[in-house]
Amino acid sequence: MTDMEALKITPINKVTPQQALRRYRNSPLSLILRLLVTLSAILTVAVLLFLIAYIVVMGVPNLKPSLFSLEYNSENASLFPALINTVLMTLLSLIVAVPIGIFSAIYLVEYARRGNRLVKVVRVTAETLSGIPSIVYGLFGFLFFGVSFGWGYSMLGGALTMAIMILPLIMRTTEEALMSVPDSFREGSFGLGAGKLRTVFQIILPSAMPGILSGVILGIGRIVGETAALMFTSGTVAKVALNPMSSGRTLAVHMYNLLNEGLAREAAYATAVVLLLLVVAINALSSFVAKKFSKI
Amino acid sequence: MKTIRAARTSGHLRERVMRLVFLIAACVSILCVALICFYLFLNGIPAIAEIGPFNFLLGTKWAPSNDKFGIFPMILGSIYVTAGAILVGVPLGLLTAIFLARFCPKRLYRFLKPAVDLLAGIPSIVYGFFGLMVVVPVMQTLCGGSGKSILTASVLLGLMILPTIIGVSETAIRAVPDSYYEGALALGASHERSVFFVTVPAAKSGILAGVVLGVGRAIGETMAVIMIAGNQPRIPSSILEGVRTLTGNIVMEMGYATGLHREALIATGVVLFVFILLINLLFSILKRRENNG
Repeated sequence: MTDMEALKITPINKVTPQQALRRYRNSPLSLILRLLVTLSAILTVAVLLFLIAYIVVMGVPNLKPSLFSLEYNSENASLFPALINTVLMTLLSLIVAVPIGIFSAIYLVEYARRGNRLVKVVRVTAETLSGIPSIVYGLFGFLFFGVSFGWGYSMLGGALTMAIMILPLIMRTTEEALMSVPDSFREGSFGLGAGKLRTVFQIILPSAMPGILSGVILGIGRIVGETAALMFTSGTVAKVALNPMSSGRTLAVHMYNLLNEGLAREAAYATAVVLLLLVVAINALSSFVAKKFSKI
Repeated sequence: MKTIRAARTSGHLRERVMRLVFLIAACVSILCVALICFYLFLNGIPAIAEIGPFNFLLGTKWAPSNDKFGIFPMILGSIYVTAGAILVGVPLGLLTAIFLARFCPKRLYRFLKPAVDLLAGIPSIVYGFFGLMVVVPVMQTLCGGSGKSILTASVLLGLMILPTIIGVSETAIRAVPDSYYEGALALGASHERSVFFVTVPAAKSGILAGVVLGVGRAIGETMAVIMIAGNQPRIPSSILEGVRTLTGNIVMEMGYATGLHREALIATGVVLFVFILLINLLFSILKRRENNG
C-alpha cells in the first residue's frame, strides 16, 4: 500500500486542480482574468460557428437545380452565370497579378542589394496598397479603366483592378517563401556552375512553390469574395461574359444585387451558402498546401 | 570556341534582360500607388474646389438634387461606426489573442488558429447578409426602431475586425521575450498576472499597431456597412439612429450620379483615401517603434 503511494509521484511542474483552486482563492483577480480570456475565445469561435451554421442551415434548402441553369431571368435568379464569371474573373486577374507579384518578389529577395532604396519604397507602396479599402480600388478602376480608357463596365477592367488589389498579397507571401529557402541551395547551385537565372527558376522557385501557391490561393479567395471593387468596374450584367470587354457580375456582386433588389430572398440565401463554402474551401486548401508541402 | 562565346553572351543577355524584367515588375506596385493617387486627386480635387473645401468637408447637408454637397455627416458617421467597432472588437480581440498566445493548449490551438483565419476570409457581403438577417432583427427587438443603426453597424464591424486585431496582437505578444514572463513568475506572480501585467504591457506598441490596422479596416469597410447602417445622410443624435458612412455614400449613389454629383462622390473617395493614408502612416510608425524597442 505504501509502496503503491510512493510510486504515484506527482511531477512538481504540473498543477493539480486542488492547487489551482487554492491559488485562485488567494488571488481572485487571476481567476477573473483567466475566465475573461477563455470566455472571449469561446465567444469568438461561437460567432464564427453561428455565422457558418446560420448561412448553411438557411441556404442549403434553397439550393435548387434551377439556380444552376445557364440563363438568368426575372423568374429564375440563376447564380450559374455569376459563378462562371467569378471563375473567368479569377483567371484573368491571376494571369496579370501572379507573374508580376512573383517577379517583383524575386527582385526584392534575390537581386536587390541590402539597404537598397528601391526595396524600401516598394515595401512601403505594397503596404499602402494592402491598406487601401476595396471601394477606393473600385473608384480608381472606374476612373482609370472605365472612363480614361473608355472601356465602360468590362470584365477586363474589373480583373485588372483585382490584380492590383491582390498584388501586395502575392508579393508578400512569395517574398516570405523565397526568404525561407536556405542559402545553401543557392550556394550549391552557383557552385555547380549555374547562373543566377537558372538558380532562381530551377532551384529556388520550385522549393518556394508551396508558400507561393498558398498565397495565390488566398488571393483567389479575395477575388471571389470581392464586391465593392467590382460593382463599378466589371458592372452587374447577369450574363456569362465570354468577351473580356463585356460586363459581367461575379458571385459576390450577384448576391449584393439580389439583396438590393430584395426580390429573390431564397436565391440570396443559396448564393450566400455557395459563396461561403467556396471561400471556406479555398482557405482550407491554402493552409493545406502550405502545410503539406512545407514538410518536404 | 566561337559557339561557346556566343552562348555565353546570349546567356549574359538573358540574365540582364530578366533582371530588368524583375526590376520593372518590382516597380509596378509603385506605379499603381502613384496612379491611384493621381487619378483620385485629379478627379476629386476640382469638385472640392468647386463646392468649396469648407462647404464640402463641414457642410451638414447632403442633397445632390439641390446642389448641396456637405459630407460632414458622413465623416462623422464613419468615425462613429469605427469607434463603435473598436469598442466592440478590441477588448474581445485582445483577450482572444492573449488566450491564443499564452493560455491555449496546443491541441486546441490547431483548431482555433484556422478558425480565426477563416473569420478573416469570409467575404464582407456575407457578413452584411448575416448582419441584415440576424443582427438587425435582434437589435430591432432589443432597442426598437428599424434596427439599422450605429450600434448594429458597430457590433458587426467589431466582429469583422476581430481577425485583424487577433492576428497582429498575437504576434506582438509572442514576440515578447520569455524572460519577462519568467521574471514575473519568479517574483511570485501567478501565470495570469504575469501575462496581463508584464507580457501584455511589453507588447503594447504591437497591439496598438493592430488596433490601428483594425481602424483602417473598419473605416474602409463598405458592403457590410451599407446593408445595416441605415444610410441616412444626416448627423445622428443617438447610437440607435441610422447613419451613412463615407464608403456607403459612394456605393449608394455612384451608380446613377452624373456631373458635379459624381465628382463629389469621387471627392468623398479622396477624403476616405486621405484618412486611410494617415492611418497607414500611423501604422508603419508604430510598427517601426515596435521593431526598434
